[in-house]
Amino acid sequence: MTGPGKTSAHWRQVLRDVVARPSGAVGLALVLLHLALAASSPWLATHDYKAVSTTLMLLPPGSDHWFGTDHLGRDVFTRTLLGGREALLVTLVATPVAVLWGGLLGIYLGLVGGRLDDVLMRVVDALLSLPWILKMLLLIVTFGTGMAVLIPTLAFFYGVPVIRIARAAAHNVVARDFVLAARARGHGRLAIIRRELLPNVLDALMVEGAMRWSWMLLAFSSLSFLGFGVSPPTPDWGLMVADARSYLPIAPWAGLFPIVALSSLIIGINLAADALAKAVGVDRAQKAPI
Amino acid sequence: MFKLIVRRLLLGLATVGLVSLIIFGAVEALPGDACTAILQQDAQGQRLANCRAELGLDRPAWSRYGQWVGGVLRGDLGVSTHGAQPIAGIVGARLQNSLLLGGCALALGLPLAFGLGIAAALQRDRWLDVTVSSGAIAAMTIPEFVSATVLILVFSAWLGWLPGIVTVSADAPWTRFFPEILLPAVVLAMVMTAHILRTVRSSMIEVLDGEFVRMATLKGVPHAPRVLRHVLPNALLPAINVVALTIAWLLGGVVVIETVFNYPGLGRLTVTAISERDLAVVQTVALIVSALYVAINLAADLLTLVANPRLRTAVTRAS
Repeated sequence: MTGPGKTSAHWRQVLRDVVARPSGAVGLALVLLHLALAASSPWLATHDYKAVSTTLMLLPPGSDHWFGTDHLGRDVFTRTLLGGREALLVTLVATPVAVLWGGLLGIYLGLVGGRLDDVLMRVVDALLSLPWILKMLLLIVTFGTGMAVLIPTLAFFYGVPVIRIARAAAHNVVARDFVLAARARGHGRLAIIRRELLPNVLDALMVEGAMRWSWMLLAFSSLSFLGFGVSPPTPDWGLMVADARSYLPIAPWAGLFPIVALSSLIIGINLAADALAKAVGVDRAQKAPI
Repeated sequence: MFKLIVRRLLLGLATVGLVSLIIFGAVEALPGDACTAILQQDAQGQRLANCRAELGLDRPAWSRYGQWVGGVLRGDLGVSTHGAQPIAGIVGARLQNSLLLGGCALALGLPLAFGLGIAAALQRDRWLDVTVSSGAIAAMTIPEFVSATVLILVFSAWLGWLPGIVTVSADAPWTRFFPEILLPAVVLAMVMTAHILRTVRSSMIEVLDGEFVRMATLKGVPHAPRVLRHVLPNALLPAINVVALTIAWLLGGVVVIETVFNYPGLGRLTVTAISERDLAVVQTVALIVSALYVAINLAADLLTLVANPRLRTAVTRAS
């Protein structure tokens, strides 16, 4: 675990370890399947996702509409297929940004400590003591929904807890001899962060990133469900479940298919994250969603 | 020990003070204010100026912040910008309802979490552990609106056992919330149980592998007293902090569940207040929730200190 930069051999080993675990193999397969479907869904869709029809409302699954139709007569198969694209796009951009800024700031604070560290960690505590939905809704209600607001908002708020993780991980490394040696050699802070700290904190950050990704998906679909995420008629799983709620007793398929799609993606990410955590030896048991 | 407690208390107060600054600053920095929200298209010229003068929004930010904080310290939470009702009344009723819902969820979830967590650890890697652990992952990762929708579909729509929607008004006495409160409490309890039981399980396993437990085994201490007297007291300590985090989450972050079940708690109040830009209410709710969060975590820290004398000296030395 020392030396500058992790070699590709290290990551190949981690990947082999993840795939060797049943949970990791299933999780990774689910995630890859979802990514492939999201990328190819415009060509797989059988109907127009926004085609409304008064004669085809709430049809049960059949030969023309495989997953049935919703309360506006739209094809549930098509909408379920397309319903994860927005969520995946937003979270796949926001997650790396969150882990990057939170991780780098956390490592820096863990290295320098002092007054700056004290003050910023108080700010982190204060931000973490507020429920996520309150923070996000304040920004969303003011600036509108849309990706241009959601991506930076998610990236900012989900980076805050990463600061803590990275800082704690950096603390464990800073006290070690090879950092002292680097200091004695006269290396600057940037060089120490890049060559000594980052490689040793990277494993924890990878696991954190995988977890953040699934929580962001959760947050995104919850926002959509509450009506603050994707704007209709764009298909989105959270929004589809919200729409289908009133018709559940008579047309459960309109809600159940998006539920299965969303749940399988999130469970897939978590299984893979669990296997990744075990493969790199990071404990992820005691975390609460923020 | 005493110094340590005072230090923690001051840090907690500092955090709440910082939250009040952050939330006030954020509300200030965002474009638009209560007046533009009330007047909407008419928000210009003299009418806007009159409204701002009436609500005191024309005074500088620092003076309004001072007035707000001073009022809160005296127990005067101010008046809702929209309904012109005292905030203490609106928020008080909602807070009670949230505490009731959280209490029910805890009553359901805590025994389950500890029971299942301990059982899973003792049966490590056998079928019980595998079932419980994967169930926990599912319960904590599936979005709450999904599990809520499925439960409503099964227990309300199909079986007809429980009402799926709460139709009680916000200021009704607490007994009126039964049996409507049961389904939302079960959804909350599911998520909560999953988090706590994972911690209990992993901390149990860590202690079970400990040397003093092996020593006890070698000394011939039978299984039951070994688990009860040697393992449990040591293993349950780390769970205190996770239970505290979970309770804090129960009080503040359950907007989605409250919305699904139409439950009149703090979470739904937050969403309506934010949508209507009733900033006075938003600030108050944020302050209350963060103060509760800090207080509960502080209580957990102190409890851990009291229960574990070793930590006291370690922490005092470090600080």
